[in-house]
Amino acid sequence: MRLDLRTPLGALFGMVGALLAGYGAATLGQPGTAPTGIPIDLVWGLVLLGFGLTMLALARRARRDSAA
Amino acid sequence: MTTLRWIDYAVMLAYFAFVIGIGAALRRYVRTSEDFFLSGRSIPAWVTGLAFISANLGAQEVIGMGASGAKYGIATSHFYWVGAIPAMVFVGLFMMPFYYGSRARSVPEYLKLRFDEKTRGLNAISFATMTVFSSGISLYAMGKLLNLLLGWSFDASILVAAGIVLAYIFLGGLTSAIYNEVLQFFLIVFGFAPLVFLGLRDVGGWAGLAQRLAGVAAVNGYAPGAYTRSWAFMGHASQNPVGVEWFGLVMGLGFVLSFGYWCTDFLVVQRAMAANSMTAARRTPLIAALPKMLFPFLVIIPGMLAMVVTSRSAVRPAIASAQATGPAPGALVAPAAPAIGSDAPAPGGGGGIVPAKLDPRTGEPLRDARGRVVLDYDLATPMMLVHFFPAGLLGLGLTALLASFMSGMAGNVTAFNTVWTYDLYQSYVRPGAPDAHYLAMGRYATVFGVAISVAAAYVAASFNNIMDFLQLVFAFVNAPLFATFALGMFWRRATGHGAFTGLGAGTLAAAAHHGLSLPAGAAVGVKGGYLGVVTTYPSELAQTFWTAIVAWVTCFVVTIVVSLVTRPRPADELRGLVYGLTPKPEDRARRWYERPAPLAVVVLTLTVLLNLVFF
Repeated sequence: MRLDLRTPLGALFGMVGALLAGYGAATLGQPGTAPTGIPIDLVWGLVLLGFGLTMLALARRARRDSAA
Repeated sequence: MTTLRWIDYAVMLAYFAFVIGIGAALRRYVRTSEDFFLSGRSIPAWVTGLAFISANLGAQEVIGMGASGAKYGIATSHFYWVGAIPAMVFVGLFMMPFYYGSRARSVPEYLKLRFDEKTRGLNAISFATMTVFSSGISLYAMGKLLNLLLGWSFDASILVAAGIVLAYIFLGGLTSAIYNEVLQFFLIVFGFAPLVFLGLRDVGGWAGLAQRLAGVAAVNGYAPGAYTRSWAFMGHASQNPVGVEWFGLVMGLGFVLSFGYWCTDFLVVQRAMAANSMTAARRTPLIAALPKMLFPFLVIIPGMLAMVVTSRSAVRPAIASAQATGPAPGALVAPAAPAIGSDAPAPGGGGGIVPAKLDPRTGEPLRDARGRVVLDYDLATPMMLVHFFPAGLLGLGLTALLASFMSGMAGNVTAFNTVWTYDLYQSYVRPGAPDAHYLAMGRYATVFGVAISVAAAYVAASFNNIMDFLQLVFAFVNAPLFATFALGMFWRRATGHGAFTGLGAGTLAAAAHHGLSLPAGAAVGVKGGYLGVVTTYPSELAQTFWTAIVAWVTCFVVTIVVSLVTRPRPADELRGLVYGLTPKPEDRARRWYERPAPLAVVVLTLTVLLNLVFF
């Protein structure tokens, strides 16, 4: 494949996840940030960050395998 | 009106930067017209599979299915479990060998190879026209929504979105569109999943949702499970909110409309044709079917929730303050809602947080023939976003919404530039030019395809009924097409004259049936009855399904009759184009899930299970 799609996918979701998790952590406890009692920005930001890092790791492993 | 914070804008800007960046990164790989229009047939199955589903994930899917979820409940899942998955399995197993194996570069080109030039020309012209208008309608819906939701300028919204789509397709062609569609797929999944989670948690899970919707069903005169069971009330059209009985549903939606769209629409088929092998092309719709069967949970349930979420639920401060001070004219705020557990309709007629549709002249809520307030179901999903998401996540949700509009538009534009360049320009305007010329024409076609889409968005904004009218034309053209393809691929005796006449007759029959029928409560006009009202249907959907059935049967019969009295092509000319004259494709993949047939069995088994669970 010409450009491993997992690289931009991982970079975008990693970046958005970090942004969201950071914002969620910074605004923790403020009114309106935890609908139904869950600090959703922080939780979902970490989920996105995990997905992004997984994609980047898979792309890196594929690069290493094809180079070997 | 919802106010965004810097974090919301940051998420959107990151997305815009990445989609354009992908186009720029792929530009250097586009050297030939095949690279631009068909991705050099080099994309792996998992990518084409996700792009296959994402190209269909336009505004109609995300906003429209949310609206239908609010209006019809879980019965909307029929659009997936009956109206999509079986057809996706069929195209993967049986039709893709002809599309991919014939080396046709587009669906109209397959029609030329199988039938003749006039059948290709008819299909190419109608398809190219429909794609740019579909794209324009998607743009119009997006501009209107962003204006209503965020107060953004309609003009700026559609120009910026069109400019971004133009940039990444112009640079990287189909590959760029496909890569971005996969990005958009994940954005839509990650943007809407927390909405379902928060909404269900708020109403007490599925059981709580079912209990509250039983109240809505009682108010509307249905049995308690009418909104939460998909098949139980399909025995008679009057027993379910869809207003359709099981035969009309299965034949109209599950067979004609579904197979007509998934098996013949170049917009989705083009993604599979970009795959790197025959097996990958056949697996493309099957891979797409796996997430597709789960999409009802992502796009329909938010609509169902919007009907029962109440003002006592978690409400964003912006909305709460807007409600306290009173909404600005046209502002998108949650209406007063019935108390939890109450069966009473909302004051002013709102359902949950779905606002009433307002009369544009008076600003008063519109009412139906029985005096009940008409709800603006298209706002069900957007209302859920602003209701549940705090700053940050709201940016992600809105970006997902934008991604759905843009992926729908990009799918149409890439299909348009290919059909225009190969099937119209190369065939009728300038045949025999060097490949570089067609590559350049593909890029020009992208520019004017986007420009016509923008113009179509303004046409849609100027005429109240233009969207209904175009949807009607699409139904007239698409429904008979599957009969043409089915006969073309599986009956070697079908001729070009038969196909051409059948298509014309099918479209005329659709128009005649529509002109002679009317949905209950509708006025004569774009909704039907313009040739005289011979029959009425309980709902617009029932009328659409039966129109499709009439169109398909007419096309099927006329094609057979005309084919039998005209001369068929010799069998030698049909090898690779017709079942029975084409060797069956061999799948050499080692693992079972890499082979189309076992994958199809898994997909169909899961679909049956989902139908049973929500029966």
